[in-house]
Amino acid sequence: MSPLKHTLRGLLLSLWFAALTFPIMVIKVNPVEGTVTWRWQNALFVAGGVFFIYLLVQLALRHKAASKKAGASDDTGEQESFIHRILQDQKQKYLLGGILLAVAVAFPTFSSSYQTTVMTTALMYVVLGLGLNIVVGMAGLLDLGYVAFYAVGAYSYALLNHHFGLGFWAVLPIGGGLAALFGILLGFPVLRLRGDYLAIVTLGFGEIIRLILENWGEFSKGPSGISNIARPGLFGIELSLDSAIIYSYYLMVLFVIATIFIVNRLQDSRLGRAWIALREDEIACQAMGIDKRKTKLVAFSLGAFWAGIIGVVFAAKTTFINPASFTFLESAIILAIVVLGGMGSIVGVILAALILILLPEYLRELSQYRMLAFGAILVAMMVFRPQGLIASIRRTYKFEKPAPAGKPR
Amino acid sequence: MKLIQSGKMVAAMALMLTFSAPIPAMSGDTIKIGVAGAHSGDLATYGLPTVNAAKLVVDQVNAKGGIKGKKIELLIEDDVCKPEVATNSATKLVSQGAEVIIGHICSGPTKAALPIYKNANILVISPSSTSPDLTYSGEYPNFFRTIAPDDTQAKVDVEFALNKLGFTKIALVHDKGDYGKGLAEFAKSFIEKSGKAQVVLFEGVTPGAVDYSAIVQKIKQKDAQAVIFGGYHPEASKIVSMMKKKRMTTAFISDDGVKVDTFISVAGADAEGAYASGPMDTTKNPLSIQAKDEHKKAFGTDPGSFFENAYAATLALVNAIDKAGSTDLAALKKVLQTEKVDTPLGSISFNEKGDAIGVGFSVYQVKDGKFIELK
Amino acid sequence: MDYFIELLCSGLTRGAIYALIALGYTMVYGIIGLINFAHGEIYMIGAFTAYIVATVLTIYGFPLLAIVVLAGLAAVVWSSAYGYTVERIAYKPLRHAPRLSPLISAIGMSIFLQNYVLLAQTPDFLPFPTLIPDFPFMEPIAHIIGSTDLVILLTTTIIMIALTVLIKGTKIGKAMRATAQDRTMAMLLGIDVNKIISATFIIGSALAAVGGLLIASHIGQINFSIGFLAGIKAFTAAVLGGIGSIPGAVLGALVLGLTESFATGYVSSDYEDVFAFSLLVIILIFKPSGLLGKAETKKV
Repeated sequence: MSPLKHTLRGLLLSLWFAALTFPIMVIKVNPVEGTVTWRWQNALFVAGGVFFIYLLVQLALRHKAASKKAGASDDTGEQESFIHRILQDQKQKYLLGGILLAVAVAFPTFSSSYQTTVMTTALMYVVLGLGLNIVVGMAGLLDLGYVAFYAVGAYSYALLNHHFGLGFWAVLPIGGGLAALFGILLGFPVLRLRGDYLAIVTLGFGEIIRLILENWGEFSKGPSGISNIARPGLFGIELSLDSAIIYSYYLMVLFVIATIFIVNRLQDSRLGRAWIALREDEIACQAMGIDKRKTKLVAFSLGAFWAGIIGVVFAAKTTFINPASFTFLESAIILAIVVLGGMGSIVGVILAALILILLPEYLRELSQYRMLAFGAILVAMMVFRPQGLIASIRRTYKFEKPAPAGKPR
Repeated sequence: MKLIQSGKMVAAMALMLTFSAPIPAMSGDTIKIGVAGAHSGDLATYGLPTVNAAKLVVDQVNAKGGIKGKKIELLIEDDVCKPEVATNSATKLVSQGAEVIIGHICSGPTKAALPIYKNANILVISPSSTSPDLTYSGEYPNFFRTIAPDDTQAKVDVEFALNKLGFTKIALVHDKGDYGKGLAEFAKSFIEKSGKAQVVLFEGVTPGAVDYSAIVQKIKQKDAQAVIFGGYHPEASKIVSMMKKKRMTTAFISDDGVKVDTFISVAGADAEGAYASGPMDTTKNPLSIQAKDEHKKAFGTDPGSFFENAYAATLALVNAIDKAGSTDLAALKKVLQTEKVDTPLGSISFNEKGDAIGVGFSVYQVKDGKFIELK
Repeated sequence: MDYFIELLCSGLTRGAIYALIALGYTMVYGIIGLINFAHGEIYMIGAFTAYIVATVLTIYGFPLLAIVVLAGLAAVVWSSAYGYTVERIAYKPLRHAPRLSPLISAIGMSIFLQNYVLLAQTPDFLPFPTLIPDFPFMEPIAHIIGSTDLVILLTTTIIMIALTVLIKGTKIGKAMRATAQDRTMAMLLGIDVNKIISATFIIGSALAAVGGLLIASHIGQINFSIGFLAGIKAFTAAVLGGIGSIPGAVLGALVLGLTESFATGYVSSDYEDVFAFSLLVIILIFKPSGLLGKAETKKV
């Protein structure tokens, strides 16, 4: 298209959006005093903004087309991004891991306790994302009620601590176990359901758990929540608040490392491959002799287990929980982490969790527009990079000529 | 490989723990007051007036040269009314060196944030956290508030319904929230204790549900003479409208979450005759008139919810810092508990638990589109 | 007995509203297999547009009938425009993306639209003008069924019939059914699939706008967040009836509305939503594709 045509299209688009947003952006009524305010300048902002974004998108598209043309000769370069190349090389992979680990370990020394708390929260979402990644990313079971298991973990710690004075380390496996049990309980009836039916049932399940916590006051203290939950203990040493914050941070770093390790091993295991087969084609997978029922249940309960563990950590970190922390939006954010990162990709999930949790926290200055931007970013990401930030690499087997002697592969 | 790494980790962690001493209290050339609450999102209307009130008072103090030559600086943090965010905000305020806190706005976040302030020996004064636990439990010696706890209000409502109006069959409805359900539970226990009336219904409605006609029919079927509703105005106006639609004459009594002008503007004519308890009338208090004028002058609008409570909290706090000569917790507590301060809410001081003395509730009724205080 | 009839009426009204929103979900799902999470927001925007137009006209002193017609028209036009635009921006580029991508995009759109209305208008609740007056002939039974309920039930019935005629009898309806059945085949037969999908979004959004208008005048207030819960409930209704099936959506919505109403009336409103979701789980266990959904047999 010629530049003139582009401009014309852009103008038409801005006109369309100005008309579209007209009632809501321009008119503001006050029904009590009976006054109408016409905010015409808003229409101009919308039109101008749309035109600008249109030009940007066109520019980006042209750039992409140009680079595609240039790089058409070697298409492997397109396929494999920088990170993938690093990940493929064992040496570089460990180097990168080492650097990241060093930064993670040193982090509290060069940042305030506020930064450390925020980072701890982000790490919690990394683990939550990795946990949900097992269910959604690997096994392909769309779960919109993941937050229910998170709530189970949090409430098991809060209640056991409140009534029986059980400590963090004692409840950690109990919370995880209970959540896994709930995962199986949910898994059994819904095994027969297809993808989207499964989604709505899990959503319903998440809501049921939250509503029960809200209404069954005798059991859960209802909406007023449980306060004064003990922070994680360290061999019985009393920690000051600042040390407690740093301690929880290192705990989370440990959890993240453990989770990455386990998930990584799972992915390569017999079970992990069964999940991926299940995701790709249920019928073919069954025909290959995989026990569909068992595989799905294990995925559900393992995913739930992680949510439960992090739930315990959440209760211990916040020291106060109420049902309002476990709404559908929370599930949506965790799901967004998984999909944004690239389904099934561990590195992607970690990156997405850090971005999605840290971004709103640091965008606080623009607090009003924070959620607006969050929504827009989700859409834009999906439109321009639907495979996620870092797509998971398919295991491919290339036929290679026999390697020269002395350098076995 | 992994094992070695995690071994190193533990060592590094132990090192880190030994070296990380708590951050020393900042003693700069300004007095830092933290203001925390919901400043964005759908509950911002409850949080922003507090920021404005604190700004107004602090600007006046600074214009007069500050406290003992030190200017006051406000640190404003948003907690979007969520407990998990509130702990972050609280940590941030503490690490920025806030010496006293005005906030938080909602009870849940206040509960979550208080242990952090308590640990840092920081005084907290909230304009709007009404959960009784906060002062009654005795767990938060650093907590004060310029608003009466929920049970006082429930008592006012129940006494009004039983003694003034003489009802014997009462339905209790709440919005399943912390505030609304707590209030309804207190009301229930007060009614049962009095023995004068019977609770015919105790149920929660889901905020935001498309339709409340089923619950209204249930109120009618139970033959209740009055509904005491614990919750906020959107649900309240849906219920009164539905009752009018069903041609019911049941009295509607509610709380200060409903005693806001939006209730009347949303429910319109249906609100006529509804009762609501709210903070005692301050429209004749010269300080209150002055504070409202200041707000109008500075921000061009009428002040919103809890503005006066926040104004009073800031005044009390500034006075205490001035008299105590420091921001030390014990010294501030002593001044707050012994000295009376003139505020838009009247002349107030604080009791042992941290609740304001001289702040109470009275009952209002909607007449001709306005809340009129009933004596 | 009166009590039973009252609960029945309120359940039907509620079900009728759910049905109007559920139809949009089910039509979109039937055609592109996408759970359009932003649909609840389209309904909210419809209600908001109606609110703005109706209030402006009231202030300028238009007669009630003109206000109702113009507000309704504006709600339908703008909601459809929003539905169309949302589809073009957030879903069309994702036709061939992994199945979960459009879902996330939809969730993002839903968050965006909510906050857009919050920022451009207000986070407060606003009074919705009375568009449906109390009819004098309804007065004797007003305590059982109100004028608004009557209007809601009648409008929904008329719209259902019109929609059925459209789907079964017209050319565009035929094209829609063909596209839902097999998109590639429909394309080969010369159907402009993109146009059909756009049309589906427009019709679904228009229905949601009518729902928004009706419910807002029923409860008398409006706010940026009303779309979310209603959307989730309507989606539940659509799945309950068998997603993709139009009579299923209506049946599911009515079942859901009645369940909620009777659960509140005879048990407790505390667990109203628990009943709704439990019903969904139970029905899906025994009929995994919903009440009227076709059991899909996959051939290899």
